[in-house]
Amino acid sequence: MSAPRLEGRPPQAGPHTHAPRPRLGDMALVNIALLPAALWAVYLFGWPALNLLLVTLATALLAEAASLWLAGKPVRPHLSDGSALLTGLILALSLPPWAPWWIGVVGGLFAVVVGKQIFGGLGQNIFNPAMLGRTALLVSFPLEMTAWVTPRPLFTEHAPSFVEGLRITFVGLPDLDAVTSATLLDTAKTAVDQGGTIHGATGELFAGIHAFTGLTGGSMGETSALLLALGGLFLIWRGVIGWQVPAAVLGAVALLATVFHLIDPDRYLHAGHHLLSGALVLCAFFIATDPVTSPATRLGRILFGVGVGVLVWVIRTFGGYPDGNAFAILLMNALVPLIDHYVRPRIYGRDRRGAPLDTGKEGGR
Amino acid sequence: MFRLFGIRGGVHPEEHKHPTASRPIETLPLPERLCVPLAQHIGAPAEAVVKIGQRVLRGQLIGSGQGRVSAPVHAPASGKVVAVDDLPAPHPSGLPVLSVVIEPDGAQDDADHPVPSDPLAMAPEAIADFVSRAGIVGLGGAAFPSAVKLNLGLSGGAHTLIINGGECEPYLTCDDRLMRERAEAVIDGVRIMRHASGAEVALIGIEDNKPSAIEAMRQAAAGDDAVQVVAVPTRYPMGSEKQMVQALTGREIPAGKLSAQLGVVLHNVGTAYAVHRALRQGRPLVSRIVTVGGGAVREPRNFEVPIGTPLKALFDACGGFAETPDRVLMGGPMMGQWMPSLEVPVVKGTSGVIALTAAEVRKHPVQPCIRCSRCVEACPVGLLPLEMASRIRKSDYDAAGKLGLTDCIACGSCSWVCPSNIPLVHFFNFAKGELVARRAAEERTSGLRELAEKRQVRLEKEARIKAEKAAQRKRERQARAEAKAAAEREAKKQAREEQKQEEEA
Amino acid sequence: MYAAIIVLTVMGAGLGLGLGYAARVFRVEADPIVERIAAKLPGSQCGQCGYPGCAPAAEAIAKGEAAVTCCPPGGLVLAEQLAEIMGVELDRSAVRDADPGIAWVEESICIGCVKCLRVCPTDAIVGAPKMIHAVLPEACSGCTKCIDICPTEALRMRPIEVTLRTWRWHRPEGETRPEAAHV
Repeated sequence: MSAPRLEGRPPQAGPHTHAPRPRLGDMALVNIALLPAALWAVYLFGWPALNLLLVTLATALLAEAASLWLAGKPVRPHLSDGSALLTGLILALSLPPWAPWWIGVVGGLFAVVVGKQIFGGLGQNIFNPAMLGRTALLVSFPLEMTAWVTPRPLFTEHAPSFVEGLRITFVGLPDLDAVTSATLLDTAKTAVDQGGTIHGATGELFAGIHAFTGLTGGSMGETSALLLALGGLFLIWRGVIGWQVPAAVLGAVALLATVFHLIDPDRYLHAGHHLLSGALVLCAFFIATDPVTSPATRLGRILFGVGVGVLVWVIRTFGGYPDGNAFAILLMNALVPLIDHYVRPRIYGRDRRGAPLDTGKEGGR
Repeated sequence: MFRLFGIRGGVHPEEHKHPTASRPIETLPLPERLCVPLAQHIGAPAEAVVKIGQRVLRGQLIGSGQGRVSAPVHAPASGKVVAVDDLPAPHPSGLPVLSVVIEPDGAQDDADHPVPSDPLAMAPEAIADFVSRAGIVGLGGAAFPSAVKLNLGLSGGAHTLIINGGECEPYLTCDDRLMRERAEAVIDGVRIMRHASGAEVALIGIEDNKPSAIEAMRQAAAGDDAVQVVAVPTRYPMGSEKQMVQALTGREIPAGKLSAQLGVVLHNVGTAYAVHRALRQGRPLVSRIVTVGGGAVREPRNFEVPIGTPLKALFDACGGFAETPDRVLMGGPMMGQWMPSLEVPVVKGTSGVIALTAAEVRKHPVQPCIRCSRCVEACPVGLLPLEMASRIRKSDYDAAGKLGLTDCIACGSCSWVCPSNIPLVHFFNFAKGELVARRAAEERTSGLRELAEKRQVRLEKEARIKAEKAAQRKRERQARAEAKAAAEREAKKQAREEQKQEEEA
Repeated sequence: MYAAIIVLTVMGAGLGLGLGYAARVFRVEADPIVERIAAKLPGSQCGQCGYPGCAPAAEAIAKGEAAVTCCPPGGLVLAEQLAEIMGVELDRSAVRDADPGIAWVEESICIGCVKCLRVCPTDAIVGAPKMIHAVLPEACSGCTKCIDICPTEALRMRPIEVTLRTWRWHRPEGETRPEAAHV
């Protein structure tokens, strides 16, 4: 066989081999891990949810493609990395399932263009794009963004038909109030704000098992803590995400909620309610673990996760919004450069401050 | 049971060792020409002491070491010196290095080197002197003169000699085969080195993927409490000096210092074998065991190779290439060096020569960093490769330096795991070079400024001297003129007086 | 209402006076910027910047009349240092990256006229009248003054040779310099 062509080629530094490339990249695995929860949400909320999901995904992908094209970057390889799809999927899962189509479009555009591409594309953004998109929607369109419906599983009595679904998504609901209901966190907040206790409010509305399987009102991604947690565990098993962030987020919320619930059960929700309601599980396993917008070290990630957890609980308990995942994530995203600056591994042969280790032996040479 | 300590990070690349690990070491037929570079070690290059046309014996000195950190070079075969010239070095750049070219005559007449009757009874300094004159350098790849290290251990009061049999690089099996086939000789070399470095105990660290080598070495060392064979976990880069010291002693070499600071000296098993040969058989370092491997090679194997053999001769002896190699490397695939041609020679630090196919290299297009931090997990030093690379991309080399760039051992674990295929080590090599170049440029500018200032001082001094001389001349002229004027006045006065007298008269 | 106006006015006046007082009393005597720049310049008075010497050049840089990239012998490193002193953004593409090289003497045509010795700002040329001159490469700043004055064109510039010791890794393949990409 022929001799190698060596002369005239610029030398390359080692290593001259590489870890085997997995058939599915990280992004693809995260998308796959989210799929069961997404399908379950579509089943629960029917055709309008599917419409919104598709609209949001299409918008995210088109916005990504257009931005890449404008920036003069190759479209196909960047688009196929699955990151825009993931942003769209997470955003869709954080929306009210019967929201009108333009919510998905505005959110998708904002998330991808402002949240990611303006910073320079994949890997450059400071804030989680999906959460930026959701926050922009929440503060701009509070009415549409809080219109939760109770689950009406496909092919059941009260489920909207395919045509009705199209009308709900693309024309709008004739009578929003008729179908919406408050989520557990809404109810709890309203009750406490009005000086009552949370017992009466939650007792009838909430049964733990419902939240666990998804048979409750809320955004698509709030519906099944079980499927989301399974997806997250799958990612930890495959080494895509570390256990640190989810454990820190859930642990912080659970700890705070337990302590305060013990102090005053009338005012503070039980830890189980906190963990299983809202988008906390989605947030802990799929949003706070976004590598781009979380710290680089293990300790940094634990700090980040604890910060997210504390903020979620604080916003839920004392803030103006019933759920605080998006705000907590964005606030902690802003702190990531700071965490990365201060939390660094100790370098071999140096102490924590970077000075060479003292051998306790002078002039050994 | 020996207590082992953990190392941080690291990776586990596919080993690819089986094709060569099961075959005994073979002797390579003498090539037509041997090109022996005079700079095969860290430190000052040797100086040629032979003339063109001269016949040399095997083991005869052809380059003498210069200064404290240097090593002499010996003829790898008997034959005629046909050239002393600049020839491409076994270095990624392919830049020339002064080399002695020998045409072997096949007689293999050995130069006479005396052998001490009992090295273990000699003064340690005398052993180091022997090692130095035999041209022995670190055979693990760094090629640091071994005698200097032995002396460092002695003067620093070393208590532990570590013999590195880690061989954590994929493909390479030269140390494995050496330990299996010549364990007695290696252990003898270890004993001599332990004596020479003044250490109480010698620990031989071998990765546990080489059970036969561990067994052979344990048998050879049996009954000697001062020499212990320790199986260390198989985890790249266990064979790196810093990691081996950490695994066996639990201590870290302080940044910027040598292991002697900890009372530890570290040598390669190949070096121990070379020491045995030099002190027991009077053979200077003129050959070594080299793994010829890689997926592109038809029949990979281990050879005992004279220094100076061109790489091409090694591949030819293995039946040539079964597939066109994507690249040819000296050393293993993780830390090995890119070779610019097949004409460059094997040197003292060459542990392996491997030809990799494109499928083995697995070069994929570079994608953006998504900060997945796998590089942080893999780094055995505790650096943040992703952060350093992002600084270097922005040409902010100083910032990369502050993040610990100079502590990077270039093991390649970070690049190996990177799912975005970012050439992190290449970035670090580049930035390390930039930092060095910058320091050199700064020194140069300040040196030039000093020269210019000195010139200014000189010019001023010259001008002052000139001015002083001119002033003096002026003064002299003035004095002369004044004297003349005074004389004239005097003369006039006299004349007037004379006239007066005449008139009066 | 009035209370608020009065309070804010008093606060504003008080703080303003305090700041003014502090600025006068605790003023930091910084090195005059010209001197800091002059200390960084090579001092070889080569004139490649277009100014008669390094001191005038330092003044011009301090005033902002000359760019921080105006000194070819100082190269990129000097430009970066000056940019930091001046607090300006460095346009790296404006730095002449091409190494000016060093002078050498073509010995067959050198007539030993000593003209080059006199102009060399770093005394890098050795020689005597009617003797062949030679350049000390470590001392040559690459200013090309000797090239211009040599009557026989015996002095020439050549790039600094790269050896195994001075060779450096290139920027990774396919990685364009970010500063060049913005130009």
